[in-house]
Amino acid sequence: MFQRFRENRGLQGFLLILPTLIVMIALLVIPLIMTVITSFGQRNADGGVIYTFTLENYWRLAGFTPEGWDDLYLRILLRSLWLALQTTIIVILMAFPLAYFIARAPERRRNFYLFLVLIPLWTNFVIRIYAWVMILRGQGVLNSTLGMFAGMLNLPFQPFDFYPSQGAVLIGMVYEFLPFMILPIYTSLEKIEPNLYEAAADLYANPVRTFFRVTVPLSMPGVVAGTILTFVPVIGTFVVSDILGGRQVILVGNLVQNQFLSARNPPFGSAASIILLLFTLALTLYYTRRFGLGEEIAAG
Amino acid sequence: MAELAVELRNVWKRFPGPGGEVVTAVRDVSLKIADGEFFALLGPSGCGKTTSLRMIAGFELPTEGEVFIHGRPMGKTPAFQRPVNTVFQSYALFPHMTIGENVAFGLQMKKVDKGEIQRRVGEALEMVRLAGYEKRKPKQLSGGQQQRIALARALVNRPEVLLLDEPLGALDLKLRKEMQLELKKLQREVGITFVFVTHDQEEALTMSDRIAVMDAGVTLQVGNASEIYEHPNCRFVADFIGDTNFMDGTVAEVDGSKARVVLTGGMALWAHIPKAVIVTPGQAVTITVRPEKMHLRPSADEINQLTGRVTDIVYIGTDTHYGLVLNGGQAIRVREQNYSPESRLLAREGEEVIVRFSVDAARVLTE
Repeated sequence: MFQRFRENRGLQGFLLILPTLIVMIALLVIPLIMTVITSFGQRNADGGVIYTFTLENYWRLAGFTPEGWDDLYLRILLRSLWLALQTTIIVILMAFPLAYFIARAPERRRNFYLFLVLIPLWTNFVIRIYAWVMILRGQGVLNSTLGMFAGMLNLPFQPFDFYPSQGAVLIGMVYEFLPFMILPIYTSLEKIEPNLYEAAADLYANPVRTFFRVTVPLSMPGVVAGTILTFVPVIGTFVVSDILGGRQVILVGNLVQNQFLSARNPPFGSAASIILLLFTLALTLYYTRRFGLGEEIAAG
Repeated sequence: MAELAVELRNVWKRFPGPGGEVVTAVRDVSLKIADGEFFALLGPSGCGKTTSLRMIAGFELPTEGEVFIHGRPMGKTPAFQRPVNTVFQSYALFPHMTIGENVAFGLQMKKVDKGEIQRRVGEALEMVRLAGYEKRKPKQLSGGQQQRIALARALVNRPEVLLLDEPLGALDLKLRKEMQLELKKLQREVGITFVFVTHDQEEALTMSDRIAVMDAGVTLQVGNASEIYEHPNCRFVADFIGDTNFMDGTVAEVDGSKARVVLTGGMALWAHIPKAVIVTPGQAVTITVRPEKMHLRPSADEINQLTGRVTDIVYIGTDTHYGLVLNGGQAIRVREQNYSPESRLLAREGEEVIVRFSVDAARVLTE
């Protein structure tokens, strides 16, 4: 009996993935199926769901409401995409130099720097975002500091209201997702064999050309991984926009949240979340097909 | 000597060590490498040979001294502006580029025009017998093929000097032997100066016109293969190149380039004094004699005759190796060639024998 178990590689493998499989089916597959079913339903008067088959929720998202054309939801979707795109690009531009610096630091110091990158993650996410409210609001740290310097230099200073706004949401997103870009880029930079930089120099490439011909292409697996780790959560998040955007910045995540909690329209919320899911999936698939997951380089 | 391709003049390299101390990797090395020469830097790991090569390439700058390439002082010239190319031990092929792109890289950086690049890349790949591999990625090639691509990528630029850092180190023995001869042949064809770093003495002897033997950051001896093997100037070189015997003794008498040395245990012999070595009577010295230059077959007309007892006999086909303990306790090995069936019967274990060798075969060393 035990002998047979030892020889049965398939059974061993199945037992190894079993706990995860149970969790995934119970908490991902079944809820997902329920969401799909709900999205084709209708709401009843007191916020319950009538299970039927209608495309009404999807038509409404696309702008065709019973009351006529309304592009409110399309604009929310576009705004979410635009914000996710901005966040990702800014995060890449900020993370790359830092990851490069860490990867080229003496080996003993690298872990310390990575530790510093990870420190903010020890504080609760919501608290960190609230901290930005304290910094950005009218009488916040930013304005009072600037005001103090202006006073010292005898310059006129008008405190500006940066919170709540879409800009504040962007700052919050960049702050939140920076570590998730730094780590994968660092990992691929760190894997580049130092000899390759020397080989490029040996073949007459100056440091700038070495950077663009060797360093950047070889760090692409990290950039791709970091982009997925940033873009996908940003497009679906609602906490950052909720806290830093006040009620002004509505993203797809906020829409879904509102439909379930305030508007009490689970079928419409489900449809919105399914659309978000399909959108994210399509973009991720396109992106990884286009740029690869980097396995070709990583695994050779 | 023809024009110098590379010269190192009193070059030092010091590094900060891990504990804050100063590590001297290269101390006061001076080398003159002639144009078109196949020159080897030979020594054990950590002897400073790779650091010396890296200072020629420009990956490291000397702490003191100067590197010249074709007479031009290199100063702080960065690697990408030096007229040399390197073949790395790990090959360092760019994994994200095809073979064609790898080989074309240097020419692209030099802004050679496209048609010329294509022609020269084709030629270079043909030279290393890998024509038609342009579109493949480095990982799709075997180690030996990658090694040849690394060679093509460097030689396609027609460097003034080609630097090779243990280029055959990662290959298996058979392939290494083939590549040794191929590299030697290639160097003759292209006529470019090769500076070659290796820890393998046989490889250095096989391939090089001249060899610099290094240890602890110092060049101990520079010369061609037979000079280094036949006329080692110190104990380290004699020991590192080939097999040899060492016997301790004291100088009793000096007669021109010969010295009479009394061994520990009382037996005496005559030995040659190398040019670089100065000895005076009473000085403690080491005598070195290669095992194949010692003989057990009796002959009356040799001055050096030592008695000893056979401790072990190893038959290895072409030769028989005899282990002996001399009267006085020093252990030596004698290698006799098996050119006739009787060769095997020169001595038996435990038997007392006479070992003879010429005065020129024995060399006096002081360090």
